[in-house]
Amino acid sequence: MTQTATATGTAASDRAPAASARNLTKVYGGGQTEVRALDGISVDFAAREFTAVMGPSGSGKSTLMHCLAALDSVTSGDITVGETPLNGLSDKALTALRRDRIGFVFQSFNLVPTLTAHENIVLPLAIAGRQPDQDWYDTVVQAVGLADRLGHKPTELSGGQQQRVACARALMSRPAIVFADEPTGNLDSAATAEVLGFLRRTVDEFDQTVVMVTHDPIAAAYTDRVVFLADGRVVGEMRRPTSDAVLEKMKELSAREVAGTAAER
Amino acid sequence: MLRFSLRNLLARKLRLALSGFAIVLGVAFVAGSFIFTDALGGAFSGIIKGTTADTEVLPQGGGDFTSAGEDARTIPESVEADLAALPEVAAANGYDQVLGVFVIGADGELVGGNGPPGLAFNYTETQAITGEPITTLVAGELPDGASEVAIDEGTVEEAGYEVGDQVELVTPGAEPVMTATLSGTIAFGSEGGLVGATLTIFEDQAIQDLFFNRRDVYTGISLNAAEGVSQEELAAAAQEVLPAGVEARTGDDFAAENEDAVGEVLGFINIFLLVFAAVAVVVGTFLIVNTFSILVAQRSRELALLRALGASRRQVNRAVLAEALVVALIASTLGLGVGYLLALGLRVLFATFGLDLGGASLTLEPRTIAVSYAVGVVVTLVAAYLPARRAARIAPVAAMRDDVALPESSLRRRLLVGVLLGLAGVAAMVGGFAGSGGIGLTFIGLGMLAILLGVALVAPVLGRPVVAGLGVGYRRVFGSVGVLATENARRNPRRTAATASALMIGLTLVGLMSILGASASASTDEAIDKTLTAQLVISNVIQTPFSTAIAEEARKIEGVESVAQFRQAFPDIDGSQAFVGAADPEQLAQALNIPSAGGLGALPDDAVLATTAQAEGKGLSVGDRVEMDFPVGTQSFTLVGTYPPSGAIPADWLITTDALQAAGIKPADSLVYISLADGADRDAIRADIEGLTDDLPTVTLKDPAEFAEEQKAQINQFLGIVYALLGLAIVIAVLGIVNTLALSIIERTREVGLLRAIGMQRRQLRRMIRLESVAIALLGAVLGIVMGVVFGVVLQRAIADQGLDVLSIPWAQLVLFVVVAAVVGVLAALLPARRASRLDVLKAIGAE
Repeated sequence: MTQTATATGTAASDRAPAASARNLTKVYGGGQTEVRALDGISVDFAAREFTAVMGPSGSGKSTLMHCLAALDSVTSGDITVGETPLNGLSDKALTALRRDRIGFVFQSFNLVPTLTAHENIVLPLAIAGRQPDQDWYDTVVQAVGLADRLGHKPTELSGGQQQRVACARALMSRPAIVFADEPTGNLDSAATAEVLGFLRRTVDEFDQTVVMVTHDPIAAAYTDRVVFLADGRVVGEMRRPTSDAVLEKMKELSAREVAGTAAER
Repeated sequence: MLRFSLRNLLARKLRLALSGFAIVLGVAFVAGSFIFTDALGGAFSGIIKGTTADTEVLPQGGGDFTSAGEDARTIPESVEADLAALPEVAAANGYDQVLGVFVIGADGELVGGNGPPGLAFNYTETQAITGEPITTLVAGELPDGASEVAIDEGTVEEAGYEVGDQVELVTPGAEPVMTATLSGTIAFGSEGGLVGATLTIFEDQAIQDLFFNRRDVYTGISLNAAEGVSQEELAAAAQEVLPAGVEARTGDDFAAENEDAVGEVLGFINIFLLVFAAVAVVVGTFLIVNTFSILVAQRSRELALLRALGASRRQVNRAVLAEALVVALIASTLGLGVGYLLALGLRVLFATFGLDLGGASLTLEPRTIAVSYAVGVVVTLVAAYLPARRAARIAPVAAMRDDVALPESSLRRRLLVGVLLGLAGVAAMVGGFAGSGGIGLTFIGLGMLAILLGVALVAPVLGRPVVAGLGVGYRRVFGSVGVLATENARRNPRRTAATASALMIGLTLVGLMSILGASASASTDEAIDKTLTAQLVISNVIQTPFSTAIAEEARKIEGVESVAQFRQAFPDIDGSQAFVGAADPEQLAQALNIPSAGGLGALPDDAVLATTAQAEGKGLSVGDRVEMDFPVGTQSFTLVGTYPPSGAIPADWLITTDALQAAGIKPADSLVYISLADGADRDAIRADIEGLTDDLPTVTLKDPAEFAEEQKAQINQFLGIVYALLGLAIVIAVLGIVNTLALSIIERTREVGLLRAIGMQRRQLRRMIRLESVAIALLGAVLGIVMGVVFGVVLQRAIADQGLDVLSIPWAQLVLFVVVAAVVGVLAALLPARRASRLDVLKAIGAE
């Protein structure tokens, strides 16, 4: 296996990583139809940082995040979340890890429709059989600005409100890291701004760590650092990104991909 | 559109299988009932044809299958020779037939005897109309002399004897128990075997000596026709030489009449089974409606797309119905197959009650196939119609929307219809009480049906407090998993209610039957307690009359004050079989304290007493004539009084022993009541009498409490059959829960993925589904048991005057049913929970 990563988190940050991946490969299928979704990725995500993962379709960004979030298994390589190595953990232990140490925000369908906003927010804690820390709960609810909507069911909330409830839920267990998978993909621009603003605040004010997969340069501009993937490898990194710079880089990556494809022919 | 329907079905094999389940089981029950009763009919028909010769010569009106063995009349032996001399007759074989001869096995247990008769006759070479000999020797020799018998193979095998062994027999003759050498084994002519009956073959002289007071008489003579002589010619020729009171009947005629008589009884069994099949089908209908509703709901966006692409409402409606039709056809076919297995099960069930079909083959009549497909297709199409209509009402624009809700008629309309139905049911019940007899009961029955349907309709609303109450407990015990389970059960009240309703129907009937059973037991206890003044009772657990010698001997024991012999016969009154008891009135009056209008002690030989229910049912009052058709002819009695139905007199009519004997019924006791003199040593007398019955394994001595137990054992046995049959309806209901859960989980795949993603353990997920399942099951059980109790009380009140005058509610049993329902809920959740917990988290989240 070739070490192809050109940039790793440790080089760019002096803080201990909240999550790290070493030499990750993820192979689907075999023989002729083999697809290498991750091709030897090594990357660190520093604590108390807001990171975006970007790349063209099929670059492996979603797979990387699913593996880091203990939702999917890797073919080879090591993942550490907080101080916990994921290797060899049972489904039960992985589930408990997701529950206690990882927060997750999906693109859509983030809430249990039968439960109120409040019940959804405390669900991971309730499943674990723990009482929420009242101060922390108040702080988070205050921050997402939903204090007056807590008794509502998801169908009675707007898309942006639902996504903010999902963000609050992801934070309730004070996780080591929060993963967000295109969290604004289904939202209009105003709601997008609300959600991204909230994620930014959790990093700045509550010392949380957020990793977000996105294809939107504007969303990427809210982050501290952008990691670019292509063909299952890390192909670049940008600190203090602006939407223009990110857009440029993305265009470059797409062009390279087109060229690569043409060259193969 | 048809191709679209088929594609859909193939694409959803699991859902197809689930929706077909209910139909398969409902059809299976119907098919199983028919297959079983056909086999039963075939077996009896085989016996009848296999024992009937070209012409049968019998005392006039005798030889009826149902009265055989009761008839005391005989034919002189000389008639046999007269018949044999006729040129039309190839062979005339006189025979003596006796009922109530049973074999005691090598282990001391009676073989058979729990229903089917213990036949005995002498060996003849008669050819039956089937062309086969009635009996064929299989091994050993025919009996020679009074100390030898031959017995049918099946019984010998079950009894564990070998040819040459000494066998013990119970007989209705002067010698209640006799020992004989087994000279050989015989095969019975017909294919179906003996349907649980046993057959003992005696030598000619021996059977006459043992059972006919050494007289040279026959109970009947079988004639085989000479070459080229028809049955009619043979019968006509024979009639010429017969003495008065004896008639010759063609074999075909005789067989047909007996088949009719048996057919009537089998018809009852068929109807009895079909009632349960109907329950199963109704329960199944609920599930089909539910399944198709869920399937349509899950596919609403797809159906909307069809509408948007230009399909008319009718086409969408037809597409759904076409799917239903295909499911119905496949499921009905499977149902037929399962029905065959079910018939095998019924065979085992009925065998435990003595109706042993043995090796009789189960046949699939064209009628069974037709009825099965008709039931399967009609029920499915009717059930799928509502969901199909709703599917057609989906607006095309729904295809564009993210969350599609089906247009649902509001619960209010449903509530209104349900409440109206319930009120109509209550009104019918009240009316039923005002009415009398059968019509009143019909009204009460219809009222129950209306209430049941009404409750099923309003179950989504009635269920709310039940589920909410459960939810409180769930939250406390199981925390958030309990909350989620409760919310899932509440999420779609119609679906939950429809699923629970299926179980509710089954449990309503179970509850109803348990109350009727408990009340019948309690009534028996009370009746025996109140009316039985005799201190001891001799009875036969297999309900077969026993030798009068026992009573005669008991009478001689010192300290016995009086002995009352009770006999039974089954003549026809108004064309239907009646249960007539007979006793010496003075003796009976000492044994029983019956508050009879008209008095028991002074009952003359031409008078009859009837239960109040019988008199009322037939519209008779004191002074009216009652005609009973005995084998010897019609006997006329005057109704002189009535008595309440009770467990102490096990008969609907009562005449004197002399009158019964005059009617040509053999003297044999079915019950003997023994009253002791004051100060007599009860234990000593009991020991003495037990010495008399010791040799008879089925005839036992009981005190009143034990006698009551014996009567109640029959009630419980019947309840056992009913529970077993209702069990199938409950199995269908449980499959319904499995079905609903499985479909709901398919629908909630993303939610399951989400829960797993945010940290719900597999174990917790399984528990959540299990709790939802238990909630549904308990909802059905609670509604069902409550209604069962109400119906049970109402029905007990309605038929209180028919011997069910004590109400008894078996609370512990009812609670047990609810507990069992909860367990059933756990079991129903096993597969759906497993499936859900194995879902791949990422795929589940990404699922549509």
